[in-house]
Amino acid sequence: MIVIITAQEGTIDSIVNERFGRAPYLIKVDTDSMNWEAFKNASIHHAHGAGIATAQFVIDQKAELVMSGDFGPNAANTLNTAGIIAQIFPQKNMTVKEAAEYLKDNKR
Amino acid sequence: MNIVVCSGKGGTGKTTIATSLALSLAEAQHTWYMDCDVEAPNGHIFLHPVMTQKTDAVIQIPHIDSNTCTACGRCVEVCQFHALALVANKVMVFPQLCHGCGSCTWNCPEGAITEMPTPIGSLEYGVTKESIHFEHGMLTISEPMGTPIIRQLKKWKGTGKNAIVVRDSPPGASCPVVATLLGGDFALLVTEPTPFGLHDLKQIVGILEEIKIPAGIIVNRDGIGNDAVDQFAIENKIPIMMRIPYDKSLAAGIASGRTLLDIMPEYRQKFLALFADISSVLNGGAA
Repeated sequence: MIVIITAQEGTIDSIVNERFGRAPYLIKVDTDSMNWEAFKNASIHHAHGAGIATAQFVIDQKAELVMSGDFGPNAANTLNTAGIIAQIFPQKNMTVKEAAEYLKDNKR
Repeated sequence: MNIVVCSGKGGTGKTTIATSLALSLAEAQHTWYMDCDVEAPNGHIFLHPVMTQKTDAVIQIPHIDSNTCTACGRCVEVCQFHALALVANKVMVFPQLCHGCGSCTWNCPEGAITEMPTPIGSLEYGVTKESIHFEHGMLTISEPMGTPIIRQLKKWKGTGKNAIVVRDSPPGASCPVVATLLGGDFALLVTEPTPFGLHDLKQIVGILEEIKIPAGIIVNRDGIGNDAVDQFAIENKIPIMMRIPYDKSLAAGIASGRTLLDIMPEYRQKFLALFADISSVLNGGAA
């Protein structure tokens, strides 16, 4: 399964970032192979609509699930319409790798 | 002539200055008062216009015809405000983020977008007993975007060539303030001599460096704080055109809905002198 996890730094060992639209990095992980790719979040400096722009990015990356600390109403609405699962971190200060492994073990 | 009264910091006395300037001018000039603080207009509380006209303030929100739309995503790409998203081959519109700029409509290769006028507030016009032509815009509560109302207000009535228009600006230093300043001839910067007043004054002066209209400072609550505003004015060659001393009786009077001119009639002469100074700056002289 392709998932996107919001992160502090651009690696799989980074601590996750609780914010969706304004997380510095978005890490795309294939939970089957644990292959990953990091993207700088282009929306962090947007005055408005960062959540929607980030949701659009997640949609364009064809992710099935996105994990973050919180989702604003516009972002949640966009992800919902696209049929993408928006899930909240099960605990604070995990690494991206731990979050991806959690998703692998707790498949929905 | 358009005189814009702005401040950066809120509560420095923009409306106090704007209302009393308009009242001082009204005797001899064709005077308009335009309250551009559409999130919290309050000029009418002091000037008591009798409102005779009202109209909707609208923003043009895109409506996408799903039969014509090919989901190419061009509109999403050009929208600077992320008011559109392409989801499951359909374009979603987020009206509260839309600035009504029209880029999506302009760029749609299929002509699938129609702009729907959507009310976000209202404009009102009336005349005061001193014959001031009064108009203001009001943003509906829960609507987030005041700037389109200000643009519409400026175009609404047409004030005539010889009119003196006093525009009361919103506080802050963001889009609504820029919209109020654009097309202005002179900016009156009302500040207080405190670190907060100075900090926000600098932001307005930064905007004026781009807009390039002459400006003068009015120091309200003079006597409190420090002399940093004076220093800043000297360094930036912006004249201090009036000082209003800190006075509790003035604050009490304004809080009860009276104007500066009503509380201290001697200010009429000061405002007329201020207007003469502004006129001479605009005619090429120095203040």
